[in-house]
Amino acid sequence: MTQPENTQRRTVGIYRWLAGGRRGFEGYLYVLHRISGTALLLFLAMHVFFTAARLLGQETWERLMAATQSPVLIFLEYLVYCAFVFHALNGVRLILVELGFAVGKPDHPAYPYRGSIHRQRPLAIVLMVITGLLIALGGFELLRFPHG
Amino acid sequence: MAQLTFRIRRFQPGRGDTGWQDFSVESSPGMTILDGLHHIREHQDGSLAWRHSCRMGVCGSCGLIVNGEPRLACNTQVESLTGSRISLEPLWNFPVAKDLVPDLSSLFEKHSAVAPYLVRDDSEDDGSDGRELAQSPAELDQFLQFTSCIKCGVCMAACPTLASDPDFLGPMPLTAAYRYNADSRDSGFDARKTKLAGRHGMSHCHYAAECSRACPKGVDPARAIQLLKRDLVLDLLGVRRREPAPPVDGRAPRTRDGLQAPPFTVPSPPENPDE
Repeated sequence: MTQPENTQRRTVGIYRWLAGGRRGFEGYLYVLHRISGTALLLFLAMHVFFTAARLLGQETWERLMAATQSPVLIFLEYLVYCAFVFHALNGVRLILVELGFAVGKPDHPAYPYRGSIHRQRPLAIVLMVITGLLIALGGFELLRFPHG
Repeated sequence: MAQLTFRIRRFQPGRGDTGWQDFSVESSPGMTILDGLHHIREHQDGSLAWRHSCRMGVCGSCGLIVNGEPRLACNTQVESLTGSRISLEPLWNFPVAKDLVPDLSSLFEKHSAVAPYLVRDDSEDDGSDGRELAQSPAELDQFLQFTSCIKCGVCMAACPTLASDPDFLGPMPLTAAYRYNADSRDSGFDARKTKLAGRHGMSHCHYAAECSRACPKGVDPARAIQLLKRDLVLDLLGVRRREPAPPVDGRAPRTRDGLQAPPFTVPSPPENPDE
């Protein structure tokens, strides 16, 4: 799209994901889904890098594995687990919604409006409760010290 | 009557963003944001610019950001807002012409791009050759909700995807596309498909549902977009049922669900009305 003359382009971009005004529940899930997706992608790159250290010999590998047992890295690993659980379960909701399964049929636009948001809200709440439970259980398991 | 502060983001052509400016306005029962803007222009600053027309939520001219939420100025009473300070900005995701006036050219360009009208391939013009294109109430219900759109741009301002992808078609044009795709008289699905399934098409929507939350007319663009996606998936799988309704040919309309419209007759006037 070309910008018309004598107009002021306003700042757009990912800033609006985070600070786009007051969002609804699904709006925050949208933002978290993007953040968790990006985090998982970064983790994947890091994981490949760490695993490749095996090529440098057994000693290097064992030193690296010992370093991963530090509390900070264990906590970061837990965050990756949280991102994974959220992204997976919210992804299930998105697959269902984006295939038109949970949004209901077109309705008469009579006030007070109750549209697709209310139709899919129970699904979103159930999946987020399961997400919370899995994150809590994972925390109980992963954050136990001494680890393992 | 309480004293309100209207905090307005000012933009001047050539000078750009000139920051926030505060105006003090006395509230009155039933006062809308639009009333407050009129008061400011008449009594405090005649250079303040915004767009409006009907004052009753029909024309779609006065969309702006009120306290961080896209809304219609004429539809928002100051009493419905919390606090005594009301911040006003032009709609997000559009360039600004002046003060609270967004340039909606991109909205209308994208709207035109999805062929928002009945497309028929059985005639050179509207496909009916002057004949009626019949439609049952059940068929009308498939898209009636989406015909209430007033093109105010509020949904486009609310969309977080549009914020990071300015070329994304956005909620309003996608809803318009579904409105016609779902119309039993239309056969333009294939013509619209390329645009809708393209790089900046419907697949960039991930149901933040901010458009539906913001829509002042209950159109629910998020629902239309998801139904649009389903249609395109069904089409990809080759199972989409689609056959545009034929024109009525001098007999009772044939409809998909078998509903027969009653024959239309003009009642004859009484012969002697004085008796």
